Amino acid sequence: MTVTKAKIAEKINREVGLPLKESAEVVDTILELIKSTLEKGENVKISGFGNFILRDKGKRIGRNPKTKVEIEIPPRRVVVFHPSQVWRREINRG
Amino acid sequence: MKKSDLIKMLAEEKGLNNRLATKVVDTFFGAIKEAIKNGDRVEIRGFGSFELREYGSYTGINPRTRERIPVPPKKLPFFKPGKELRERVNNKQEK
Repeated sequence: MTVTKAKIAEKINREVGLPLKESAEVVDTILELIKSTLEKGENVKISGFGNFILRDKGKRIGRNPKTKVEIEIPPRRVVVFHPSQVWRREINRG
Repeated sequence: MKKSDLIKMLAEEKGLNNRLATKVVDTFFGAIKEAIKNGDRVEIRGFGSFELREYGSYTGINPRTRERIPVPPKKLPFFKPGKELRERVNNKQEK
């Protein structure tokens, strides 16, 4: 099964008691706050969950594996996620 | 930004009190953790997807002592950023 924003909003509705429409709105707000923080160049650290870390990658030469044509991949900034120790332990115990 | 900052900003933007905003944020991340624990995938358009990836065992080396250490197989949550997040993070970059 795939969990989507709607499913998360339903859970907030059930467990927190916020009306469904507002639950959907807070999900969007949380996601937008995380995205705009990363967009500003700031890392996001959620204790118990994990860290969204920005990494600057230098340029490198890539190759189309089919045609073997070389192209330069320009420098870019990417997001990597590190799950927290707590979460990793929860998943791997037992 | 840490979780307490996110809670404060959510509370301010949505006019929630701090206690309610804390519950919302904890439930949000709890929902993702629960889904992954159940073996489900989490897919959030514009943000990204979370899934559980399995890694096999391998022999690691402690770089300080050069000691060989067997690393057991493990499962780790993996996040793949979505298109919108990838582009927004990359576009604002000062060249």
